[in-house]
Amino acid sequence: MKFETPATQNPIDQMKVIGRATDRIDGPLKTTGMAPYAYERHDVASGQAYGYIVGAAIAKGRITTMDTSRAKAAPGVLTVLSTLDHDKPLPLGMMNIAHLYGGAEIAHYHQAIAFVVAETFEQARAAASLIQTEYARDKGRFDLAAAAPSAPYEPSGSGADAKDIERVGDFAAAYAAAPVTIDQRYTTPGESHAMMEPFATIAGWESEKLTIWTSNQMIAWNKGSLAKALSLKPENIRVDSPYIGGGFGGKLFLRADAVLAALGAKACGRPVKVAMQRPLMINNATHRPATIQRIQLGATKDGKLTAIHHSSTSSNLPDGKPETAIAQTKMLYAAPNREYWLKLAVTDLPEGNAMRAPGEAPGLMVLEMAMDELAEKLGMDPVELRVVNDTQVDPGDPSRPFSQRHLVECLRTGAEKFGWSRRHAKPAQVREGKWLIGMGMAVGFRDSPNTKSAARIRLEKTGRLTVETDMTDIGTGTYTIMAQTAAEMMGVPIDHVKVILGDSDFPVSAGSGGQWGANNATSGLYAACVKLREQVAQQLGFNAADAIFADGKVSAGNRSVPLADAARSGPLTGEDGIDYGDIVKKNQLSTFAGHFVEVAVDAYTGETRIRRMLAVCDAGRILNPKSARSQVIGAMVMGAGAAMMEELAVDKRFGYFVNHDLASYEVPVHADIPHQEVIFLDYPDDKSSPMKAKGIGELGLCGVGAAIANAIYNATGVRVRDYPITLDKHLEKLPAIA
Amino acid sequence: MSAPSHSSLDISRRAVMVSGAATAAMSALPADVQAAPAPSKPATMPVSFKVNGKDVSLTLDTRTTLLDSLREHLKLTGTKKGCDHGQCGACTVIVNGERINSCLSLAVQHQGDEVTTIEGLGTPDDLHPMQAAFVTYDGYQCGYCTPGQICSAVSVLKEIEAGIPSHVQEDITAAPAFTNMEMRERMSGNICRCGAYSNIAEAMAAVAGAKA
Amino acid sequence: MKSFTYERAKTPAQAAAAVAKQQGAKFLAGGTNLLDLMKLEIETPTHLVDVQDLKLDRIERTDEGGLRIGALVTNTALAADATVRRDYGVLTRAIVAGASGQLRNKATTAGNLLQRTRCPYFYDTNQPCNKRKPGTGCAAIGGFSRQLAVIGSSDHCIATYPSDMAVAMRLLDATVETVKADGKTRSIAMADFHRLPGDTPERDNELERGELITAVTLPRPIGGTHLYHKVRDRASYAFALVSVAAVIQKDGSGRAAFGGVAARPWRVEAAEAAMTQGARAVASGVFAGAKPTEENQFKILLAERTLASVMAQAKG
Repeated sequence: MKFETPATQNPIDQMKVIGRATDRIDGPLKTTGMAPYAYERHDVASGQAYGYIVGAAIAKGRITTMDTSRAKAAPGVLTVLSTLDHDKPLPLGMMNIAHLYGGAEIAHYHQAIAFVVAETFEQARAAASLIQTEYARDKGRFDLAAAAPSAPYEPSGSGADAKDIERVGDFAAAYAAAPVTIDQRYTTPGESHAMMEPFATIAGWESEKLTIWTSNQMIAWNKGSLAKALSLKPENIRVDSPYIGGGFGGKLFLRADAVLAALGAKACGRPVKVAMQRPLMINNATHRPATIQRIQLGATKDGKLTAIHHSSTSSNLPDGKPETAIAQTKMLYAAPNREYWLKLAVTDLPEGNAMRAPGEAPGLMVLEMAMDELAEKLGMDPVELRVVNDTQVDPGDPSRPFSQRHLVECLRTGAEKFGWSRRHAKPAQVREGKWLIGMGMAVGFRDSPNTKSAARIRLEKTGRLTVETDMTDIGTGTYTIMAQTAAEMMGVPIDHVKVILGDSDFPVSAGSGGQWGANNATSGLYAACVKLREQVAQQLGFNAADAIFADGKVSAGNRSVPLADAARSGPLTGEDGIDYGDIVKKNQLSTFAGHFVEVAVDAYTGETRIRRMLAVCDAGRILNPKSARSQVIGAMVMGAGAAMMEELAVDKRFGYFVNHDLASYEVPVHADIPHQEVIFLDYPDDKSSPMKAKGIGELGLCGVGAAIANAIYNATGVRVRDYPITLDKHLEKLPAIA
Repeated sequence: MSAPSHSSLDISRRAVMVSGAATAAMSALPADVQAAPAPSKPATMPVSFKVNGKDVSLTLDTRTTLLDSLREHLKLTGTKKGCDHGQCGACTVIVNGERINSCLSLAVQHQGDEVTTIEGLGTPDDLHPMQAAFVTYDGYQCGYCTPGQICSAVSVLKEIEAGIPSHVQEDITAAPAFTNMEMRERMSGNICRCGAYSNIAEAMAAVAGAKA
Repeated sequence: MKSFTYERAKTPAQAAAAVAKQQGAKFLAGGTNLLDLMKLEIETPTHLVDVQDLKLDRIERTDEGGLRIGALVTNTALAADATVRRDYGVLTRAIVAGASGQLRNKATTAGNLLQRTRCPYFYDTNQPCNKRKPGTGCAAIGGFSRQLAVIGSSDHCIATYPSDMAVAMRLLDATVETVKADGKTRSIAMADFHRLPGDTPERDNELERGELITAVTLPRPIGGTHLYHKVRDRASYAFALVSVAAVIQKDGSGRAAFGGVAARPWRVEAAEAAMTQGARAVASGVFAGAKPTEENQFKILLAERTLASVMAQAKG
């Protein structure tokens, strides 16, 4: 189904199932421990042996020798694979920057260099430590701040359109002429996905056919990447990933667990299971790159922005990509004169790559702090500053309207519900005992990408429905919204729908990432349902256009037939996908939020406690308000981590992230997070898809960090521009103690 | 397989051969390794305990954690391994009425103990009230930390009831109350990266309220 | 993890003898720190002597009016004990500020005293560390040292000792009781129990091989307001940047000990004379001679301000 014109009235608009707060259909399995994650598939591939990964002990250089003999002789060991078995690295999977395995060269710390397979986990782990590796260490580049001044531009656009600096109007002149300006430098640190389930795979071969039971967000990408890495035909690979213990972008791409399990299983002639040990996860995997950003804002005295400069420098391994922290600034506020650039330094730290809301997350942490600074300088309410600079069209191409943009309503609603009027504009004015109290707000913004997605739906002889797609549920609630979609389209109760996900034998979906999953995957299923409705109608002698699917029946005129009757002589299958025409390019499809936060800062120690959080979200039709709300609050928690504690600590001598476990890389715990409020404006967007939905999975993270930072400033009067805002950064400037 | 000759798998077969030789004939190994003392067989021990009311007897490598004995030997995979180092709480189980991190406990330390795992609390068709509350309040997302959260949540309510003190009590000599902050502090050993904390607190409050 | 044999001892003396007689043997109590380190092969015992059956899990009055805490009393049980809560509140407060409910249920009093540093270089076996592997150097010096020691450190090691419980015990003038393999017992003042690194950072404490902690005794209660403030980057389940244990009397006099700043709980009795003059006066005495790194020098100000907070709280 091609989506080329705005959606008109369709069965989803009935909202009998869609749009209702619905318990997750996978809930009973997840809450009883019965949902099987990758490493737990005792039900597949008998005779599983255990793998254990060895990571490189240096950040940059090459292996000179590796002695695996003691490991091979260790009890229970079935095979030991060495990266030196390969002359060169295995081919990169899709979007991989650093090679996952193979060859003597070490590109980053804890890169996989060997793999031990043994009868038991304990034996594999013990044998892994018997491998002795000698290295020739190269001097690496590990310091972003040192590399930044000489970093080259990362041009925007491509070919003849490629520009180092993107310009609209004359920034320099406008900035010089602006009566009110701010110009500040900000930094954001590297962050780790730190999903609770580590990378894990069971691999099994049947002659030349490989199956991996794994934990991955993008099944088709993973299959293609594995085929490439192992020089296999894609049709000989099956990827199965029905339950995924968190990803946040960390499981978008092929990782070493899958490669090594496959190689190990081939080598020992048995299925092999492996979960990457937690202390290896942070440096072996990808991370959100650190940034150094600069923002200059020029405004009229009534707060109209006249000039915006936003630039960001990040670093990555050679051939890596920058963290696109300027992306949202191009879309968020209108100003006639604008200037943006990215620079990309080369460092030899582990691979920087996508983490939840890549670009926007660190970009908004900075942009929205700068806006708060400007508001203060203008003597203007921060909400009003955003309101006067709202735009209904793409500021870079005013011929492109936003399909919908209710940002002002988000802000107005949020301000009212939160009690924003009680905020003191002047910072450090409210004290309750030892606590300094402050409120902050920020705007959230994230695009809602449209991408192809397919699904299959089968009407079984029993009248029940089975949905099959390689779409994944990474905690997002996919199972449930797919069941809701099928139930709404086919007119059956939700418990008549079975949803099977994450299997590469099924139609290729959008997958989970970039907050593109929900809208596209349900739209793909919508298309499949339309196909199935046609078949059902034909089978039952209805005209598909007239047939009404409701209450388990198909009706037209005064004739009504049970849906199940259509499958009496055999199951009917509808398979189709959604594909998008120009409509999603002619319109800017984005999501918006207003974040409001209240904090208390200990006047003595500088410790920050969040007291209240509210997000008001404009993200099209909300398919399942229950799981959508969870997406938002969860992202707000991640934003709290980014604002207050998360930082990959770089050892600039040895070139690695020092705090590489869950004790030392601190993420928020229960005690950090108060009750959270979310309000959805719920405007169905007919230019987005037949579902009229948009993404919601990342919006909650976008901007919330700045709202926290602005609240901390409002509490203390101390502006900290280097995230995370840990107590040591404002301690000296807190009120004097008796 | 029609892989070209540079296929990684072809290359890895060399390693297979070496590996095979190593296990088949020690003489294939270099001399210096032969000279080294052959690693001894790992120590094993029998251990018996009760899991979810059922007696189990296993003979285990002494290194086997309680967690791996559950997940790998008894195939009770509801208890999760998130970090294997006591830093996340996903492995939380209840032993003799108290919650512990099963990753930081050897199975052989639990001779005669009574272990309750998530599977022992309820089943999909017969949920424990806390499991049902997690579903109702959407107190989970990816689900991986969830069994540990639920085992902790059930225990936390009992700990408050039993008067075990916590960090957030103003008066350490007083009996703790079922407040939001009490529950959050006590649940802090269970990390949820999806960030379901606010909903988990609501689920717990609902169960605590129903009990009260 | 290296393979090891395992036995359960029946008496403290038997346990001590079992460890003393076998090179590479170690005691196993709760296991919450030892197993963590064994998985990383930072600890590589070849034999474990499980002491859980030794019946050292009682809390009793001493003849002197103090309290004797069995070595195997769990952190939870110790924190929950009614006498401890009433008379030694700082101890309960310190314990519940540490770790998580699950860990406190398993961790023991003796094990808590013996927990090893959380220095990230100690924890990464690829990196040099004099505490883990004597003579290899200290990667923390010149490295990521935000969490590490500001005082009492040496050119060989800047690790901190992570316990909260021990900070309160140090404040309360606790004594560690032990039994050796030959059955001899001894008492070690908490002040002397943990060693500063000097040039032997591999030795965390004064125990000899095979020497088993049987109890910790507390002297008579000292009254006063008992407070423990642990400062960290998140609100719970994290090691201290700085912690302050204090007992403050009505007249403002009192005691203060600091955690997260050194290889042992840090207390300078002489500086406590200045308690009535305020936090700065105390802190300047406590941290005289401090050698912080650029990354962790904030800890000294933080310690002072945290003490000020505790003093203000005591005043009510």
